[in-house]
Amino acid sequence: MSTQIEQQETETEADEETEPEVESPGDRRRAQRDERQAQEQAQREVEEETLDDEDTITLKVFRYDPEVEGKQEPRFDDFRVPFHKGMTILDALIYARDHYDSSLTFRHSCRQAVCGSDALFVNGRQRLGCKTQISELDDPIRIEPLPHQEVVKDLVVDMEHFYDQMEAVEPYFDADETPDDKLEEQRQTRENREKVKMSTRCIWCGACMSSCNIAAGDNEYLGPAAINKAYRFAMDEREGENRKQERLRIIEQEHGVWRCQTQFSCTEVCPKDIPLTEHIQELKREAVKNNLKFW
Amino acid sequence: MSQSYNRGTVEDFGRWREFTAGMWAWIFHKFTGWVLVGYLFTHIAVLSTAVGVDPASAQAGSDLYTSTISGLESLLIVRFLEVGLLAVAVFHILNGIRLLMVDLGVGLESQDKSFYASLLLTGAIVVASVPTFLGGKLA
Repeated sequence: MSTQIEQQETETEADEETEPEVESPGDRRRAQRDERQAQEQAQREVEEETLDDEDTITLKVFRYDPEVEGKQEPRFDDFRVPFHKGMTILDALIYARDHYDSSLTFRHSCRQAVCGSDALFVNGRQRLGCKTQISELDDPIRIEPLPHQEVVKDLVVDMEHFYDQMEAVEPYFDADETPDDKLEEQRQTRENREKVKMSTRCIWCGACMSSCNIAAGDNEYLGPAAINKAYRFAMDEREGENRKQERLRIIEQEHGVWRCQTQFSCTEVCPKDIPLTEHIQELKREAVKNNLKFW
Repeated sequence: MSQSYNRGTVEDFGRWREFTAGMWAWIFHKFTGWVLVGYLFTHIAVLSTAVGVDPASAQAGSDLYTSTISGLESLLIVRFLEVGLLAVAVFHILNGIRLLMVDLGVGLESQDKSFYASLLLTGAIVVASVPTFLGGKLA
């Protein structure tokens, strides 16, 4: 953070000094950049040396940026970060970005496992950065972007396909009948609420989709999150019959629920503890029941 | 537009550190399934070429079928392969029952325990079968 202030100072100084010379603006900026990098490097070395060895952790962070020369070949960068009790992966990443390398890129927003922005591949498993305690992990901590999604930069993956799949199951209510009084609520029984409760907790982080190796091999497979979304609406008693039938038709296709081979990977990694496999299995049974006619 | 870096399947698999029970169950189920398919075809090929109906030699115990079987049984490697086949078949059956339960939605919370149970039971049955398979005299 302090680097930014210094950077502004050097810029104004340099502007005044170099104006009469015939140096091109590019040269000047390059010189400034070199100077800044040297400063940052020195500062980082000083900071790392002053860290006590006992309460630091080492992060090994995946780095890749197709737009920057020297980062086009993926590599791992080490960051030594001071540890404090209750520190999460996201805290450590934020520290590394703010103190060492401002170009370290990752998504985060709410920092309390609600927004679903920071699902990462930490020590060989999909975890939510803000919900994972560093004290539970082995040092050094290896942080990578989610597998089976394309990496845009550093820890940022392309979520477009995941969002497309989520929308493919038509995740919205379409009740057949609404209360006559416009101000009246559409009520649901307590039992029904309990049934869909867990499925409503999805935060669209994409950890399940990334952990599913069926989804990895079959791009058309809806994936656990989307099927869970379908479950949430299909099992809700307020849902209209037409929409329910239409949604069941979508999920019972070849690349719908039947792709699931019950590996339970999604259920294991889900940061909101949604029993995804159970919901997929229930929709399989629902799809069969819906098509069986004995008369 | 930035192009994104394609990580490829090999790297994806190599970076995986933690497999959980359900994943191991899936891998073992696939593996044992393919072994059983392979065994089925070997079984058909060997036995269909070893069938010859000759009552006289059958009486004397020297017909093609008997000599093929006793010839195979005299090889130590075949005895060990039989134990392996039993292990593979038993695991496939037990995990198949587990998967049936999963499909019926019974006890999904304890799916990992049922996987470990099927492994233990497989181990116990295989150990118990060793005297039967390896006990007989090698001709």
